[in-house]
Amino acid sequence: MSMIEIVREEMRKCDAKTLRSVRLNIGQMAAIVPDSLSFCFEVITKGTEMEGARLMMDVIPLKGYCNTCESEFEIKDYVFACPSCGDTNIKTISGQDLAIVEIEVD
Amino acid sequence: MKVSVVRNILEANDRIAQQNRDLFTEHGLLVINLMSSPGAGKTSLLEKTIDALKDDVDIGIIEGDIQSSQDAERIAKKGVPAVQINTGGACHLDGNMIRDTFEEFDFEKMDLLIVENVGNLVCPAEFKVGEDFKAMILSVTEGDDKPSKYPLMFRESKVLLINKIDLLPYIDCSLDRIREDSLKINPELRIFQVSCKTGEGLEEWYEWLRERVKNREVIL
Repeated sequence: MSMIEIVREEMRKCDAKTLRSVRLNIGQMAAIVPDSLSFCFEVITKGTEMEGARLMMDVIPLKGYCNTCESEFEIKDYVFACPSCGDTNIKTISGQDLAIVEIEVD
Repeated sequence: MKVSVVRNILEANDRIAQQNRDLFTEHGLLVINLMSSPGAGKTSLLEKTIDALKDDVDIGIIEGDIQSSQDAERIAKKGVPAVQINTGGACHLDGNMIRDTFEEFDFEKMDLLIVENVGNLVCPAEFKVGEDFKAMILSVTEGDDKPSKYPLMFRESKVLLINKIDLLPYIDCSLDRIREDSLKINPELRIFQVSCKTGEGLEEWYEWLRERVKNREVIL
């Protein structure tokens, strides 16, 4: 629902009448199943200005940054430790995303 | 025409959760978002915790369920304020639902608010409600493969209570594997091994929680 509200607001801003597509960033660790999201989107947009729009989802890999040795790396098999120095003092820099990146409208 | 947007889909919820949190902070309230699968023992843990702490900590409970008010009734029997939220189908609580319960509580008279989320190992981890931290329960009957199957919840939680350890002799579940896998996902995770049935291990959890409530008051 939040997604629909954001798209509607953005469409209003640029005076758009129909929605062609929505591009989303979905983090690898986000609790999102792309097929389910597409299905829900199709169901709730039926009969609206968004009907028939395509959802394009880019899965964003889970990446970390090591606060100790300052390296960036992909987090594999959900092991939250730095592969270079082994430290667990890391932060997640991507992979939990759930964002609307772009819409295509007419 | 392509329009660049770049907006977090959960931004509206994050905003409300932050407002909730500001209000909790103003009242010096420690707020825990308690999550687990259905039947892992959330309500049982709350009952035990209330019994153990209620003489020196003023507790309030929000019960989230898809349907029914059985949990709030169980909690109310313990003599603490309890409000039931029925999500009517939604699989998690969000900031807005929590805000709607505020008039039922007197935050001035409370030290600790525990929000029992809808039983689900997936979605609740995505939605902040204004908590200080998330705590989760995994019962040993669910199996030791759960951390690797549901990493987000283990990553987002500060506390993991492994419940029903009294049943370990009867099932194939390795505590070591649960500990190892969840600490890989979240090295900071505080783990308690408990049985709400026998009371084993709960004392340590009570002590830890008491300390958190006290520290929350000190920070203010």
